[in-house]
Amino acid sequence: MEQRYYQKEFETMPLEEMRKLQSEKLVKQVKHVYDNVPYYRNLMDEKGVKPEDIKGIDDLHLLPFLTKADLRDAYPYGLLAKPLEECVRIQSTSGTTGRRVVAFYTQKDVDLWEDCCARAIIAAGGTNKDVCQVAYGYGLFTGGPGLNGGSHRVGCLTLPMSSGNTERQIQFMTDLSATILCCTPSYAAYIGETLKEMGYGPDDIPLKAGIFGAEPWTEEMRCGIEETLGIKAYDIYGLTETSGPGVSFECEEQTGMHVNEDHFYAEIIDPDTGEVLPEGSKGELVFTSLDKEAFPLLRYRTRDICVLSRKKCSCGRTLIKMSKPMGRTDDMLIIRGVNVFPSQIETVLLNEGYQPNYQIVVDRVNNTDTFEVNVEMTPEQFTDKVSEVLAKEKALANAMKTMLGINPAVHLVAPKTIVRSEGKAVRVIDKRKLV
Amino acid sequence: MAIKQLTVFVPNRQGTLVSITNTLAAHNINIRALSIAETEEFGILRLIVNDEATAERTLAEADYLIKVVDVVGVKIGDEPGKLTAALDVLDKAGINMEYLYAFMARTEKHAYVVLRVEDNAVAENALVNAGFHLVTEADVNKL
Ligand SMILES: [Zn+2]
Repeated sequence: MEQRYYQKEFETMPLEEMRKLQSEKLVKQVKHVYDNVPYYRNLMDEKGVKPEDIKGIDDLHLLPFLTKADLRDAYPYGLLAKPLEECVRIQSTSGTTGRRVVAFYTQKDVDLWEDCCARAIIAAGGTNKDVCQVAYGYGLFTGGPGLNGGSHRVGCLTLPMSSGNTERQIQFMTDLSATILCCTPSYAAYIGETLKEMGYGPDDIPLKAGIFGAEPWTEEMRCGIEETLGIKAYDIYGLTETSGPGVSFECEEQTGMHVNEDHFYAEIIDPDTGEVLPEGSKGELVFTSLDKEAFPLLRYRTRDICVLSRKKCSCGRTLIKMSKPMGRTDDMLIIRGVNVFPSQIETVLLNEGYQPNYQIVVDRVNNTDTFEVNVEMTPEQFTDKVSEVLAKEKALANAMKTMLGINPAVHLVAPKTIVRSEGKAVRVIDKRKLV
Repeated sequence: MAIKQLTVFVPNRQGTLVSITNTLAAHNINIRALSIAETEEFGILRLIVNDEATAERTLAEADYLIKVVDVVGVKIGDEPGKLTAALDVLDKAGINMEYLYAFMARTEKHAYVVLRVEDNAVAENALVNAGFHLVTEADVNKL
């Protein structure tokens, strides 16, 4: 019989038992951190919280938050909770947005992380008969090592390709009949396009599933990848701060990602007040590592905006599900009192047949926020009639009003005119902050 | 019969118009007719040139947003009231006109006018039946 779960006991654990397990782990973890991480001990002392105050998971809200700024301040060893001689590995972020994060792992931490990735691969239908092509980058980036380890645990024949060299990827994929592809969604789309150009249809390659993460992607992208590669495309979530990919993963239902909550406890908070919000609310995702040893972050604010749900899942897992992140708190704009995420603008553009090449410009004139969205037109959308261009702008503004609740001024602009910095389009210009 | 109009999107940024005409001049392209429609945010430049294919390629390579559309050219006798007569013909035929503009040069007997209508063939028929002569690509190249 096909294996449905990697660690059934935890993946299908009744809620009551799960809460008991989480409580036990948390009490131990808080003591471990308090005793070994002076940086966090100071934060707890400042807040007047003692390890004894944390008697179970219901007391979690008493603990102080950790933010990216704390990680920066404590770089590199300030949050380390184990002596270096017990650590066996580091992983690191690229550091493109500020100082890089360096995370430490004991062997037990690596094991736990690889177990989480193994759960994701099994949930995507993986077995020891599969050939798993890992085309995430290897090295400091967590993607390659994480899925590589998970793939070993499942017993797949693992192809440690790393990213890039698409021709070689395709050669191994076809010659060795890869059935599972792990990489970023944009690279999966690129591989799909290249295969298409080479004359391969979805039925000509044995791929059946893909596990894609490490960057935001839309449902439209999922549909496109599933069609060109002839696979089911599964989302996977994680961040270096918590270990890497595998913090949560999608099952066959593809309606959100099950959080491995026996290891990572998820909360949703109001990003402005820090208040914990009830299940089903949209807010900032916060993770607490319940049993990591070397780099155990408590109440780490991910800055990702999403929703948690305990709705019963047809796969049989009882693990809570998180939605795909809808944006980041650092992206969130408050315009005329309304929360606006660039990702919402992007969704409207894709729905209305535009490329997601846009720029939001916010300013304040006479104490009122101005809200403009510049959108690049394609030659197909351009017309010689002024009235038609204006009508398109109006239609886009209306669609955005429906989505956001406030009305932007939409300006259609020529392709490639939106400012790019180091190849990345500058999505938001908030002139209010310059005053 | 229709003639080709090159349409260029012009952001309201200083110098854009000049750089477009400079680009064309550098490739020996002569502008035969020109009009620009402007809003506060952008302009749409419409051009009839002697070498439409080269102009299109040149501007596309310079990353301008362009579109080629078919328009009707009509020869208007160089005397008062002739343009009104042509417009009357279209009006009576129930043809909606989006915009019109004139060629810069004229022949001894005629001014050339560009008409942007919904249905080129219908407009052309109506004008020819009323005794008007249409501007052909060959006429444009001769100017
Ligand atoms: Zn499920």
